[in-house]
Amino acid sequence: MSHATAMPVKSSGLDGMLIGLICILGAFWSLMAAARGVDPQMVAHGWLMLGGFIIGLVLVVNAYSANGRVEEAGLYHDNVIKAGAIATIFWAIIGLSVGVIIALQLAFPNELYFSEAGFLNFGRLRPVHTSAVVFAFGGNALIATSFYVVQRTSRARLAGGLWPWFVFWGYQFFIIIAASGYVMGVTQAQEYAEPEWYADIWLTIVWVAYLLVFLGTLWKRKEPHIYVANWFYLAFIVTIAVLHLVNNLSIPVDPFGSFSYRVFSGVQNALTQWWYGHNAVGFFLTAGFLGIMYYFIPKRVNRPIYSYRLSIVHFWTLIFIYIWAGPHHLHYTALPEWAQTLGMTFSIMLWMPSWGGMINGLMTLSGAWDKLRTDPVVRMLVVSVAFYGMSTFEGPLMSIRSVNALSHYTDWTIGHVHSGALGWVGMISFGAIYCMVPWLWKKKGMWSRALIEWHFWLATLGILLYIAAMWPSGITQGLMWRAYNDLGFLEYSFIETVEAMHPYYIIRAGGGLLFLSGAIVMAFNMYKTITGDVSETEDVVTPQPRAIPAE
Amino acid sequence: MAETPQKPSFHQKFFEKNSLILTLGVVVTISIGGLVEIAPLFYLNSTIEEVEGVRPYTPLELLGRQIYLREGCYNCHSQMIRPLRDEVERYGHYSLAAESMYDRPFQWGSKRTGPDLARVGGRYSDEWHRDHLIHPQSVVPESIMPPYAFLQDAVLDYSTISAHLRVNQFLGVPYSDEAIENARADLEAQVDEFSSGYDDLIARYPGAQIRNFDGNSAVITEMDALIAYLQVLGTMVDFSTYSPEAPENQR
Repeated sequence: MSHATAMPVKSSGLDGMLIGLICILGAFWSLMAAARGVDPQMVAHGWLMLGGFIIGLVLVVNAYSANGRVEEAGLYHDNVIKAGAIATIFWAIIGLSVGVIIALQLAFPNELYFSEAGFLNFGRLRPVHTSAVVFAFGGNALIATSFYVVQRTSRARLAGGLWPWFVFWGYQFFIIIAASGYVMGVTQAQEYAEPEWYADIWLTIVWVAYLLVFLGTLWKRKEPHIYVANWFYLAFIVTIAVLHLVNNLSIPVDPFGSFSYRVFSGVQNALTQWWYGHNAVGFFLTAGFLGIMYYFIPKRVNRPIYSYRLSIVHFWTLIFIYIWAGPHHLHYTALPEWAQTLGMTFSIMLWMPSWGGMINGLMTLSGAWDKLRTDPVVRMLVVSVAFYGMSTFEGPLMSIRSVNALSHYTDWTIGHVHSGALGWVGMISFGAIYCMVPWLWKKKGMWSRALIEWHFWLATLGILLYIAAMWPSGITQGLMWRAYNDLGFLEYSFIETVEAMHPYYIIRAGGGLLFLSGAIVMAFNMYKTITGDVSETEDVVTPQPRAIPAE
Repeated sequence: MAETPQKPSFHQKFFEKNSLILTLGVVVTISIGGLVEIAPLFYLNSTIEEVEGVRPYTPLELLGRQIYLREGCYNCHSQMIRPLRDEVERYGHYSLAAESMYDRPFQWGSKRTGPDLARVGGRYSDEWHRDHLIHPQSVVPESIMPPYAFLQDAVLDYSTISAHLRVNQFLGVPYSDEAIENARADLEAQVDEFSSGYDDLIARYPGAQIRNFDGNSAVITEMDALIAYLQVLGTMVDFSTYSPEAPENQR
């Protein structure tokens, strides 16, 4: 931060002291873990975390110059959002790259496994891919945009002094602990809840800080009403906290050991896990990103939200119904049938609020449809909402027991997830960052509109290849498993169904590679926008109104 | 917002003006579904039925299960046979809730890139498993499974095995104090058919399979533990005598 934009702030220093204390306690525990860890993974993580906490402590001390704390000038705290935008695209490239690698492993197993390097096997890398994409890429997009939106719609600076920085770095630290753990074999072995107990405790601390920064900013607001995007962000933060706490209840084998046992077992564990798992989709990947939709689409097309009343109905019905839908992941299992039926019923009902939200997003373009032709960012946002509509139709369909009997355990699920994750989550995050970068770095627009076009087409083509491979692959698998020959025997052995997937796996890897290339193009465009001269650009964004402090 | 009515609505006055009421509203709204679905599972007898034969894992099987978790096998293999004709014919009797009652975490899985493993126990010989884990394509040429050759050289670390059992006991798994005390001995006895601990192990874990699983009797490896776990999967309940209609299974 340069001196021209810096201003000294009156600060009690309590934020710095508390964060410093957390770092000291964390460093102490990490040192104990490094010294007394009962397994090599714990020892390695002890040293890693010790390093992290010491760096944290140095950063806290460094934030105070001789004259006290210095913060960026202006009404808004934007530096942490700039860091968040960069982290988002950084993790997108990491997460997508690992995805392409494991897709290639499934397509070419003889070339891409190394018998003595077990840490590169699919089983250890797949959680790195899912966590890096969902929690690192998606999570950073959510934290950065929520900090941006809550300040603008409240006309207030982020609350908490240094705490937003704690949230940002604490969250990156969590990702690094989690991902390095998977590679070393530290895992709870529950999908999307793989981080072990100490990473979970750390995330809890970071998440409480995130909730308080968000609420604290709302408390300082100069606007009488809380804007709709913030309802969705708030529901996302609160619900993820509840899900995280309940689903990760466990007891470590040793206070300095990396392994723990779940408090719930068997059926109870299964339902809790999919109550968590499905609502990670519902609240992390849906409600949070709807917050992005409700701010960035109206801003980019310069039109109000289509219907205020629909927003209210959308919000409350969505969060009420979503939470019931988890058991559709457990059709025909040992879970009692009444629970499966409840899950299916609510999943089908969920179609309505989902499409209500989609209509609210799309119809916001009323009177600005021409921008679809001229502005690739608007196209990205709109295609994203279209994919949201498609996957929220497909989801209820797949939750029907008889459909699920065919689709479950197959690649159809993988195709469904990726039409949501690449189409909806990916595209809306990219769109939001294309909006935010010129606003944050005070530029006329992105460096190159042509590169945004390239990104749009690479990503769209990538998604189409991906889902066009995974749907037939999944349906083929499901049909082959249940095929009988004329004599009444199963027609195919399992390995024949594996063989049949080979061409689809190659196409899928190609789709992933295209999507990844799009993200790399975006990173380059961002780099040029931030560092370069953009006075000649064709991508002209409507500047944000100048922020005038209310005091 | 074109439709904003002149008079502030209830929503505007109440939820949009007070962030704590909004937060509370979210918490109440999301709690209902979770409570209705999850809470009953903890007291409904039909969920927590006990079936004859299901016993806690032996110390060796438990650590074998750790390796199964560590390597992320659940990413490609399910352990849940659905009551559908083709699955029952392909994999065996459909899975019972009781068969995963001591599983923390459960490993039902969500994807079958490879086949279901709920009843893989006893289907293949130890030698087959060993060859398959070292180099899957040597026994199934079209397989896309990664190799796990390093397991045969990795010495099993069972220094904390008693603590593993103690945590399970605390969580309600019926390990006796005696089982915890003798966890090490039981673990060592399971890979040695001629061990003096043979009878004690069988008494504590009825039906336990006792032999050297990896063909290397010099040292207990992770390969031993993983194969011991795979060989017990789905074998605890005797389905030649199990009847779902029997009164004790109708609770």
